[in-house]
Amino acid sequence: MAWFCEKKSYMLSQYALNFHAANAGQNMTESKNFAILHATSEPPDYGPAPELSRAQRLEWYRKMVLVRRFEERAYQSYQTGLIGGFCHLYNGQEAVAAGIFSTIRESDPVITAYRDHAHGLMRGIRPGPAMAELYGRATGVVKGKGGSMHYFDVAKGMWGGHGIVGGQTPLGLGLAFAAKYRGEDKVCVCFLGDGAVNQGAFHESLNLAQLWKIPVVYAIENNKYSMGTAVERHAAPVDLYKRAAGYEMLGVQVDGNDFNAVREATWTVTERARRESLPAILELVTYRYRGHSMSDPQHYRTKDEVEENRRRDPLESLRREIRTEGLIADPELEAMEEAVRQEVVEAHEFAAASPFPAASEIFTDVFA
Amino acid sequence: MSKLAYRDAVRDALSEEMERDSRVFLLGEEVAQYNGAYKCSKGLLDKFGPERILDTPISEAGFSGLAIGAAMSGLRPVVEFMTWSFSFVAFDQIVNNAANMRYMSGGQTHVPIVFRGNSGGGHQIGATHSHAPEGIYASFPGLKVVVPAFAADAKGLLKSAIRDEDPVLVVENEALYGRESEVPEGEYLVPIGKANILQDGQDVTIVTHGLACWTVLEAGQELLKQGVRAEIIDLRSIKPLDYETVARSVRKTGRLVCVDETKPFGGVSAQVAAEIGRSCFDHLDAPILRVTSLDVPMPFSTALEDECVPNQRRILEAVKEVLG
Repeated sequence: MAWFCEKKSYMLSQYALNFHAANAGQNMTESKNFAILHATSEPPDYGPAPELSRAQRLEWYRKMVLVRRFEERAYQSYQTGLIGGFCHLYNGQEAVAAGIFSTIRESDPVITAYRDHAHGLMRGIRPGPAMAELYGRATGVVKGKGGSMHYFDVAKGMWGGHGIVGGQTPLGLGLAFAAKYRGEDKVCVCFLGDGAVNQGAFHESLNLAQLWKIPVVYAIENNKYSMGTAVERHAAPVDLYKRAAGYEMLGVQVDGNDFNAVREATWTVTERARRESLPAILELVTYRYRGHSMSDPQHYRTKDEVEENRRRDPLESLRREIRTEGLIADPELEAMEEAVRQEVVEAHEFAAASPFPAASEIFTDVFA
Repeated sequence: MSKLAYRDAVRDALSEEMERDSRVFLLGEEVAQYNGAYKCSKGLLDKFGPERILDTPISEAGFSGLAIGAAMSGLRPVVEFMTWSFSFVAFDQIVNNAANMRYMSGGQTHVPIVFRGNSGGGHQIGATHSHAPEGIYASFPGLKVVVPAFAADAKGLLKSAIRDEDPVLVVENEALYGRESEVPEGEYLVPIGKANILQDGQDVTIVTHGLACWTVLEAGQELLKQGVRAEIIDLRSIKPLDYETVARSVRKTGRLVCVDETKPFGGVSAQVAAEIGRSCFDHLDAPILRVTSLDVPMPFSTALEDECVPNQRRILEAVKEVLG
């Protein structure tokens, strides 16, 4: 495989083509870096990611379903006026968060941008407080003071949703710097969207990360659109992992809709960060089904394009795999999915029944 | 008491706090090998090593954000801006991340960080390098802002700032770094949020801060020759602002002149005038007057620049006017 490939088409089926070409007749777990589509230089080989148990794989599938159902409920609640302000949905990108979170350690800090529901839920924020935050209630995960864009659960290593595009990228650097300063064995995963790669703060972060050898991985969730501006119209080059090359950093690209591929690529770059104290860019090529936010009429793309991408739905792919491998009998799988549905109904009921913050809360949490 | 240059007081504060707390580290442009553009960190690299005294690239947004992230994670960074005028390229990091973090995380995390550095005009470095930022930053909830004018406060306020649980911006001034003034012996702190009465008086209150304190003290001597005894108050802390000390003085003198180097529109003096105009309305014998920087970009030529910042002539004119 050529590591610095020519500009290619952004068809998501590219991964499948590469995968079959590279792995014909092979057992994929034995294949070196089988998951990585492209990279700026040959990635190190730390072997395959630690295998997930049957129960763990089912659990990560369940979490992906939870995020999907949670956001479908959020969509409805926005339409009925229970949620106001901005609400950025993650539908279609679930394998990115699940793949990364199932591979890193619980002690590794993570930080992300404003499309943060999945990161929060998968890091362990309960659906009830998560929904209550969207509804602006006192029982919300940040007491109704942050809203959709600012989920935090510091005890679980979720260092926020952040509202300014690219603004979190130096913060992620700082979380990793602090771990290194204290001699802790931690890697920070800092998520950003494709739109954020053009912000100055991100480039300053890349320079500092490589210069000071900080164990941070920048996970670029390339969902193809910076709000309504397609990646081809906002980024030169469109292969975002290549941004690493100018800093002599490792950049790799992976199919973000493939849970297993995301896990393998994550393992490679996070192990490298852990062992060598070196940063990396991990570009995850994916697609969001919904608009940028709830108010987006989506004039910038066709319905056909969205439908085309829905055919590579990450949930459907993983579900098919689970069934093919016989991990779980269909009635049990359906019962699990139904339980998730019920959990989201309960989250809504909890949120809707929760009180709004008391007026006295206005002045708390400004200073110590 | 012994006399110490302001820059040495800053260095002593950094050194003492770094000895006391291993979480404290200093980063910024030229702070390590160069010993600081204004020599405020002289000798600290040798004493604490490159892990705790870090030369950064010219990359204010990057290193400010890095420090904020490190502070969220429990470290106690001190960020030096070579001048506060350069902080504006890190504005988003300071006002969105440092200032908002405690609130928008519902109190889950906070940012115990210090940003400090040189500021202000009067050095023929033109409009881009001469900003007095304290009023701008004080307008953002979540930030504390202090402006020490004397070596004792430079040390005591910086030590308090480093120990504070919230972001504190310490606004210093190139013209002050070489000035010597008395500093107490041994360990001490100056509390954030307390003004200091530099001179007692009964005829008029003059509220000021930073470099302007020195100009006002000189004007105070001139006024004494004219038989006017001004009460001169150094705010020291802009946010939180010690309105009570100012109000107590104004209830006594009945007259207030505010002198500072921020701009007139929404500046520190505007803020003091609005609050004292409300709280001391019945005690005022004259309108509150302000002597601030002029509402223009800072000019280069000294002939223009000297007129742009608060100077003794404009202060004396304002005092004369309020005394009727």
